[in-house]
Amino acid sequence: MKRRACLLLILFFGSALAFAATASAAPLEVDPAVLAAENDRIAVMDRAKNAVLAVFGASGRGGGSGVVISPDGFALTNFHVTKPSGNWVRCGMADGKVYDAVLVGLDPTGDVALIKLFGRDDFPTAPLGDSDKARPGDWVFAMGNPFLLATDFQPTVTYGIISGTHRYQYPSGTLLEYADCLQTDAAVNPGNSGGPLFDAQGRLIGINGRCSFEKRGRVSVGVGYAISINQIKNFLGYLHSGRIVDHATLGAVVASDDDGRVLVDNVVETSDAVRNGLEIKDQIIEFAGRPIHTTNEFKNVLGIFPKGWRLPLVFRRGGKRHEILVRLSGVHDPNDLLAKMEGRRPPVPKPPTPPKPGEEPKKDKDKDKDKDKDKKAPKLDDLKKKLPEKLKKMMPKGDPHHPGGPRRPAPVPMPSEIKKHFEKKRGYANYYYNQLHQKRVWQAWVDRAGLADAKGTWTVAGKTAGGKPFRFELADAGVKAQLPEGELNWTPADEDRKRLQPAHSGGLFLALHLWRRLAVAGLDGFGDVYYLGTAPLVGHDGLVDVLVGTFGGAECRFYFNPADGRLLALEMFPEDDVDPCEVYFFDDRQEGAHWGPARMEVHFARQRYGAFSLETLDLQPARSQ
Amino acid sequence: MTRQMPEMNTSALPGHDPAYGQHRQGGTGVSPVSFLPLSHWRNASATWTMFVAVVLSSFVFLTSSAQGQADAPAGRPLSATLVDVMPKIVKIHGAGGFRGMEAYQTGILISAEGHILTVWSHVLDTEYISITLHDGRQFDAKLLGADPRLEMAVLKIETEELSHFNLQEAVEVMAGTPILALSNLFGVATGPELVSVQHGVVSVRTTLSARRGVFETRYDGPIYVLDAITNNPGAAGGALVTRQGKLIGMLGKELRNTADNSWLNYAVPISALRESIGAIREGKFVAQPDAERDMPGNPITLAALGIVPLPDVLDRTPPYIDSIVAGSPAAAAGLKPDDLVLLVGNRLIQSCKVLREELRYYPRHQPVHMTILRGRDLIDVELKCREEPKGDK
Repeated sequence: MKRRACLLLILFFGSALAFAATASAAPLEVDPAVLAAENDRIAVMDRAKNAVLAVFGASGRGGGSGVVISPDGFALTNFHVTKPSGNWVRCGMADGKVYDAVLVGLDPTGDVALIKLFGRDDFPTAPLGDSDKARPGDWVFAMGNPFLLATDFQPTVTYGIISGTHRYQYPSGTLLEYADCLQTDAAVNPGNSGGPLFDAQGRLIGINGRCSFEKRGRVSVGVGYAISINQIKNFLGYLHSGRIVDHATLGAVVASDDDGRVLVDNVVETSDAVRNGLEIKDQIIEFAGRPIHTTNEFKNVLGIFPKGWRLPLVFRRGGKRHEILVRLSGVHDPNDLLAKMEGRRPPVPKPPTPPKPGEEPKKDKDKDKDKDKDKKAPKLDDLKKKLPEKLKKMMPKGDPHHPGGPRRPAPVPMPSEIKKHFEKKRGYANYYYNQLHQKRVWQAWVDRAGLADAKGTWTVAGKTAGGKPFRFELADAGVKAQLPEGELNWTPADEDRKRLQPAHSGGLFLALHLWRRLAVAGLDGFGDVYYLGTAPLVGHDGLVDVLVGTFGGAECRFYFNPADGRLLALEMFPEDDVDPCEVYFFDDRQEGAHWGPARMEVHFARQRYGAFSLETLDLQPARSQ
Repeated sequence: MTRQMPEMNTSALPGHDPAYGQHRQGGTGVSPVSFLPLSHWRNASATWTMFVAVVLSSFVFLTSSAQGQADAPAGRPLSATLVDVMPKIVKIHGAGGFRGMEAYQTGILISAEGHILTVWSHVLDTEYISITLHDGRQFDAKLLGADPRLEMAVLKIETEELSHFNLQEAVEVMAGTPILALSNLFGVATGPELVSVQHGVVSVRTTLSARRGVFETRYDGPIYVLDAITNNPGAAGGALVTRQGKLIGMLGKELRNTADNSWLNYAVPISALRESIGAIREGKFVAQPDAERDMPGNPITLAALGIVPLPDVLDRTPPYIDSIVAGSPAAAAGLKPDDLVLLVGNRLIQSCKVLREELRYYPRHQPVHMTILRGRDLIDVELKCREEPKGDK
């Protein structure tokens, strides 16, 4: 309550004092509660400013804002801020210092970039809030570097209220879709992009990135949009993976009918939603735990999740309620996403084309029909003149306004610290971080389960849920199994691999083979391997680390508990667009030097194939083979 | 500590002219570039009394909110106020949709039975006006009537038990009053999504006529100038309320100062609209012909008046005058080509067809009163036929 009051006072208190000075000499009695509230507000902003970044393109292109979210220097900004700058940027902070930062991960559709600053391990951070708690009328403040004004990197603060929540903003001719975003009347101007929107307590609730502009020029008209921090929380693990990540589709198109119900209008036959039974005309009731009344609500929910997550969907058909779990596919074909990313220029203030001597400056020739565009973009070069000397020195040599000078700034060489933390690879913003997490997750599992020397035959035996004995012997050569249905042998040779044995399991032998292979052959034992990021897992609270490895035509996803490195589950997809064999590992038990599951459940195509209680977990070293 | 509402009871303030506010004295009129209340007040001859009143009432407001009591309206968070106010705002969709002419605007519910106050604009120039309530319910609206001189219109939807503003409880405020503006700016909200809310302060209460010729509007009356950018596309017809949710005024159309290219953010006080709202609800300024009226056997025709309208090629051809017959009553009254007929008597004329139909209710011998729009000026004329009709087409 006090905080609210402090916010209300902002407009009044200042003017009241100013008046007191000019119009009256009478001493003013100020309620201590008012002063306390004001001091609270000032303290909140004073604290918040320390984590705010003024982002500059390393090559002098681009410019915007950002905010640090971890003491080791991970920070958020907009994709459209980092895009013109390439693989690294420079960030000014309120301490007056400039830090180099490397690009880590990109979400081009959601307009989010994760970067990492170097030079400290105790960066001031912004605590993450809960954007779903924001209500219209809540007091908020934006911080950043609008019009690149801050020559000392002290962020500009603009103050306002939440104007709307759960807004859906169409991709306006660009990739950038703002789903489920926050709308604020705090002034958000060019240069604020990528900067934080804080609640009244100084918690980060959004990343400012877009405004409604129209006829009044490219300046705030009291309508700014911030990407909700809750969406970014969903994507954060993906962004840490160093990948260029994609948003999700359900594999079905929905539309409202005359009665206002949200119905499935069309489906993608190969989608997981269809495999799970979704049909045209089904009424969508709930998605990811949120009730759905309109197509915008549906798009809002869909827009905050990354490709590859598995989420609950509730639909109604013929009066009956059905609840299914759906694996979301990507919005874009991966190549298409990369092409789109490289292609169109995002709407950022950009350096004007240098006019020739004696010539009027040219009008912006960008044929963009996008209403966010305007001719009155602030001239970045003018703004740059205000930059402090130390930053000017970092700007490229060669004045673009100088006749005969280079039209484009020359690239600035990567600083060595950035070089150490950057690796180029197609499909990745920075492959260095993907490798880092591949190794981290794999090593944590191997260490936790004591698998470093377990390169021989693995024997897993016990009783099925029906009380019958079972036994799997896993080796490089394949799988020997004793199951209630009989004795089965399987080898990873081509013809066998395609036989998804045992029957009705979806390929349990291949799944188990890959489980052992990840431990024995390591990350190199797979054709392509990458760290996906973090994702939800059925039956597990919170998000878990996901490693993906391909083997032949199959793809295997390994789910690890980030807290202790334990393998929680694996999903083996023998080919594209089919149901995987799902293996869940439960409980943790020790046997000799090894830790393994006490119980194992296998599911395929919405059916439980079997449950196995493990009495033996014998992981032999290599020589015994 | 008394818990007093922050909006000021103007009559309680000494020396305050409740109609126009103190800013008339300053002579600064409406200058959208100097929206900062401080500079405005310093320049204006704001009295000490006035100033103290503002300061004191601010403190009452602030301190009571600082204590944050739920029973004190001033201490409620804005989000709670908005829960009450949002259901009283509607989204309006109608004609338009091409560049610079949005097909949407905002409206204010002013009765439980679905009377909606909004601005009179091109959006309403269609048979199909659609209203979307805060909860997503949709209705077709009827244009009950409009007062083009105030640029306001009243729509009606057929329903009941709606949350609404009671116009009798609308308040007058003075410069410095914190406000909220609710509107569907940029058409951001659709279906059951809530309209947008912005915050600000009343910069000045003044009259728009101070700068006629600078602003392209027919409205000539009091306005509240706001320090927030409230008048965006689609915002017209939105509500200006106090921070406690009391209705103050209706957001006007977008207005650009042609002298300096700045934009005016303003609202029309409810007090300026109240009379016309009442008149429309009583059946004046109506859009539809009244079936109970008698048609005379020998009515006035356009030909008899000497008015040649635009060829009636559209469903709703706007009632522009194409040419005037020399020596006709229309010529005598000073009508000119390109004049737009807005009203015949008190009846709203939306098309050439309606113009012809309306004249059928006037006997030949009776003078007819018309309100004409010429450029930005409203002109009232009286026409009287002199000769026998030669027959209308």
